[in-house]
Amino acid sequence: MPNMSLKKNPMPVQDPIERGRNFKEVALGYDEATALDEAARCLNCKNMPCVSGCPVNVHIPEFIAKVRELDFEGAYQVINKSSSLPAVCGRVCPQETQCESKCVRGIKGEAVGIGRLERFVADWHNEHCTEAPRLPEQNGHKVAIVGSGPSGLTCAGDLAKLGYKVTVYEALHLAGGVLVYGIPEFRLPKSIVQKEVDTLKALGVDVETNVVIGKTLTVDELFEMGYEAIFIGSGAGLPRFMGIPGESLKGVYSANEFLTRSNLMKAYKSDATTPIMHAKKVAVVGGGNVAMDAARTALRMGAEKVYIVYRRSLEELPARKEEVEHAMEEGIEFRLLNNPTKIIGFENPDDRRDPRNGFVTGMECIKMELGEPDASGRRSPVEVPGSEFVLDVDCVIIAIGTSPNPLIKSTTGGLDVNRKGGIVVEEATGLTSREGVYAGGDAVTGAATVILAMGAGKTAAKAIDEYLSGK
Amino acid sequence: MYKIISKRELNPTVTMMDIEAPLVARKAQPGQFIILRVDEDGERIPLTVAGCDSEKGTVKIIFQIVGATTELLNHKNEGDFIQDFVGPLGRATHTEGLKKVAIVGGGVGCAIALPVAQKLHELGCEVHSIIGFRNKDLLILEDEFRAASDKLIIMTDDGSYGEQGVVTVPLKRLIEEGEQYDEVIAIGPLIMMKFVTLTTKPFGIKTIVSMNPIMIDGTGMCGGCRLTVGGKTKFACVDGPEFDGFEVDFDEAMSRGMMYRPFEQEQREHVCNLFKKEAQ
Ligand SMILES: Cc1cc2nc3c(=O)[nH]c(=O)nc-3n(C[C@H](O)[C@H](O)[C@H](O)COP(=O)(O)OP(=O)(O)OC[C@H]3O[C@@H](n4cnc5c(N)ncnc54)[C@H](O)[C@@H]3O)c2cc1C
Ligand SMILES: Cc1cc2nc3c(=O)[nH]c(=O)nc-3n(C[C@H](O)[C@H](O)[C@H](O)COP(=O)(O)OP(=O)(O)OC[C@H]3O[C@@H](n4cnc5c(N)ncnc54)[C@H](O)[C@@H]3O)c2cc1C
Ligand code: SF4
Ligand code: SF4
Ligand code: FES
Repeated sequence: MPNMSLKKNPMPVQDPIERGRNFKEVALGYDEATALDEAARCLNCKNMPCVSGCPVNVHIPEFIAKVRELDFEGAYQVINKSSSLPAVCGRVCPQETQCESKCVRGIKGEAVGIGRLERFVADWHNEHCTEAPRLPEQNGHKVAIVGSGPSGLTCAGDLAKLGYKVTVYEALHLAGGVLVYGIPEFRLPKSIVQKEVDTLKALGVDVETNVVIGKTLTVDELFEMGYEAIFIGSGAGLPRFMGIPGESLKGVYSANEFLTRSNLMKAYKSDATTPIMHAKKVAVVGGGNVAMDAARTALRMGAEKVYIVYRRSLEELPARKEEVEHAMEEGIEFRLLNNPTKIIGFENPDDRRDPRNGFVTGMECIKMELGEPDASGRRSPVEVPGSEFVLDVDCVIIAIGTSPNPLIKSTTGGLDVNRKGGIVVEEATGLTSREGVYAGGDAVTGAATVILAMGAGKTAAKAIDEYLSGK
Repeated sequence: MYKIISKRELNPTVTMMDIEAPLVARKAQPGQFIILRVDEDGERIPLTVAGCDSEKGTVKIIFQIVGATTELLNHKNEGDFIQDFVGPLGRATHTEGLKKVAIVGGGVGCAIALPVAQKLHELGCEVHSIIGFRNKDLLILEDEFRAASDKLIIMTDDGSYGEQGVVTVPLKRLIEEGEQYDEVIAIGPLIMMKFVTLTTKPFGIKTIVSMNPIMIDGTGMCGGCRLTVGGKTKFACVDGPEFDGFEVDFDEAMSRGMMYRPFEQEQREHVCNLFKKEAQ
């Protein structure tokens, strides 16, 4: 008998007040009994609408059926056929707009907690299966991967399993891409990412950190070194700023800088060597996952007041629903339909050496209202004249997106990019305008999601295999 | 891990090291920099490539001991390893077509200026170098500069060596005496570079400055190294580190450079205390 409860089993979480002061994972995961109870809510639909909502088409009812049979490892194997990073995607996928948005149980009541079950299965596997992967037979072909984010790691893993000799080149000193420098520990423990990287190494993949492709080595040099195909998964690129006055004041960060300092460089720890501002009142500009992560990190670093300043309304917030809810529970204040116009800094005209000079003291914002629907049917925000006010803050974090990094493009002849700077690829294969060069993830699409990046890595791995086995 | 092949103290606060990093050594050009981490959990700091030997696969760095990380680095010896070393980053100095150039270096900035002088000299450009230090004890790289320059003027603040005064004095004199420079390249403390641009501006001589804002990744990902140049936001690690000196907002750069001063002081004391304890 299916469990006909209209509600998902809630995710056990750390107490909101307590977790606002630590960096431990917020969501604690289902235990076995809860997972079974949730799995029983799946109706095992013949037409599987949920599967079409997942960008990589995880065989959802099949893995949930295995959970019901208590065959957790079997469930893991089902997911693993489509997804290489289930412990990551189970935690960070925007399920409410993907798999779970299509679940029939969501028509009346709440969708099956697909992501939560996926996480349960992956964590179970990681805890119970320590068996070293079987080393595949080498086929003698060499492939280079640029970037160790989810797209690069996935492409590397798939190719290694097929017997390719794969080298991953990473610019930073640590592999994992946004999973290590962007998404904070309290949402995605770094040990999970490390485990994925270790698994790759066990498969024979070489991970070369401290190599910037386009600088240390170029794409052409990689070919000269004997790599027969190259996958570029170099990520979203340079942070954008708003172009308003005051953005160079002390206390203004891009979210990338703030999160890199705290995650990659561990600035949140008291004995860290990399500094970060422990601000008291923080405004984060933007409404995506990046903004939520920056806001919640600032809170955990001791801020008394943290605002999310977003120019549209709650419905348009692009962040994962769960993160918005968690942020609200933790006491982050949402200033919706507000747009920054100027950042204000301390100025002591009588004493140029006053150490407070040049530090942020506030941010001027203007109120917005939703105007008439535009051509796309979206109501875009328009300023309410004369509604300016000043938010009292000592730190501003800007999380309004990124624009592509031109480093690889500018050093690789024949690599086409689009008007926005994203690498142009053939959708079905990830092939770029250069023979043997493939690309995927944020470097192609602009900032998107882990699952899409992972899917692009898989697609390219398949195409590279076809290309090289035909050679 | 990257091995320290040689280490030499240039003066009590400036050290030179050759680091084994063959990939970087093959590529690095004057004007480019590397980022290193001394050990696990260490800070990432940028240092300019002060020369390299592509045959031996080594990269030369010259650093001033100013804080915790440089202090830690200075405690490493020949044969020791440093954790991370990535580069070459940033754009190389533009040297093509220059016939006569004045190079102005201040303090440890001279280490950054030297490879530029050497390259220009090699290319047959006439090089006039003006290098300044606080006093004689802090003077570095005199012989190297002499070999790479057609004219060398050494300045000290206290007159203990060379001429007494700041570097802008002889620069102005040379220009007024009729030296026709295609470019002035200034590398040193922000305040020095600012005054060099104020000196050259009335004469309309193109002036290049090498900026050293705080950096983290060095690949254009974080935006922490941003500067205002010609009213636009630029990232020093990918758009620079060299910029047209007339366009740079020096006051803003100086203000931003002070952001973590109290933290940095505390960190350095902490490291010094650790080494003191060890020595006891
Ligand atoms: C703070 C934050 C929170 C997010 N939250 C979520 C979420 O909850 N759910 C979700 O689905 N998505 C989320 N995302 C988006 C998601 O993380 C990205 O879409 C995804 O990581 C993109 O993967 P990628 O492989 O394309 O690139 P990245 O993960 O960006 O990795 C690229 C890697 O390439 C390296 N690199 C770049 N240039 C070079 C070069 N020239 N040479 C060598 N290496 C290079 C970089 O250092 C980096 O390690 C978030 C992003 C951020 C920043
Ligand atoms: C492109 C570039 C090239 C450089 N080349 C040289 C060089 O060849 N020789 C040399 O002696 N110095 C050079 N510097 C400066 C050098 O990076 C700093 O002195 C060093 O980071 C200080 O670290 P610390 O921990 O010892 O001192 P801290 O106590 O952390 O800082 C002391 C000073 O260094 C600055 N600083 C701190 N961290 C950084 C950082 N991550 N990036 C940049 N500046 C920082 C601070 O603003 C402060 O003024 C360069 C800087 C840049 C940006
Ligand atoms: S990978 Fe993401 S979208 Fe696909 S089923 Fe899992 S949680 Fe849903
Ligand atoms: S749509 Fe929902 S109920 Fe149906 S199979 Fe998918 S998860 Fe199960
Ligand atoms: S150091 Fe991060 S963008 Fe330049």
